[in-house]
Amino acid sequence: MIDVLYFAWVRERIGLPKERVETSAATVAELVEDLKAREERYAVAFADLSALRVALDQELAEFDAPLAGVREVAFFPPMTGG
Amino acid sequence: MAVRVQAAPFDFGTECGAFAAGRTDAGAVVTFAGIVRDDGGLARLELEHYPGMTERALERIAAEATQRWALKDCLVIHRHGPMRPGETIMMVATAAPHRADAFAAAEFLMDYLKSRAPFWKKEFGTDGAAWVAAKDEDEAALDRWTGD
Repeated sequence: MIDVLYFAWVRERIGLPKERVETSAATVAELVEDLKAREERYAVAFADLSALRVALDQELAEFDAPLAGVREVAFFPPMTGG
Repeated sequence: MAVRVQAAPFDFGTECGAFAAGRTDAGAVVTFAGIVRDDGGLARLELEHYPGMTERALERIAAEATQRWALKDCLVIHRHGPMRPGETIMMVATAAPHRADAFAAAEFLMDYLKSRAPFWKKEFGTDGAAWVAAKDEDEAALDRWTGD
């Protein structure tokens, strides 16, 4: 089981901030494919990965990063702090 | 070095005064405040963040600034939640023996926390609500710190 978090418009499109996901995905990209296959709202949120960022256990990562040992995955748009 | 992430408003002047007070080791203090700007029709801004990762990211950025420049101290305060035009969103302060380091470190902190700290701004205005899009120039601003 892995905790998957969504922020900003990703959270709004998917309709929830956090969920626990049972997955055998080896990489972030595979997890994204699993999620997209679930429901249209996921497919819409993940339609353009270039518009998204991912963090693994609260560290920025790439979409080809492995998920082994990861407890928390977060998806969000590019950050706009400051 | 201190990092604070909070919903509550803070007083920029009070924070600057406290940061600068009593220093004998730093001849230069640079401060910067980010203010909610209204380009027309903005009722409020809401800042979402990623609790936990936000603090880690800001602490890492502050630690890197302290390592790269001869800083005696630095302070980052960043708010989240709803804010109105004119309110202070965030501030940075740096203290160094000489001003060049204090200015450079403050710019570095600003450039990195704009696009590497997990905050997202949503604007609520007279014609609805919209997430603020990240700017290409904010990403490009990081290049000058990684060129070496």
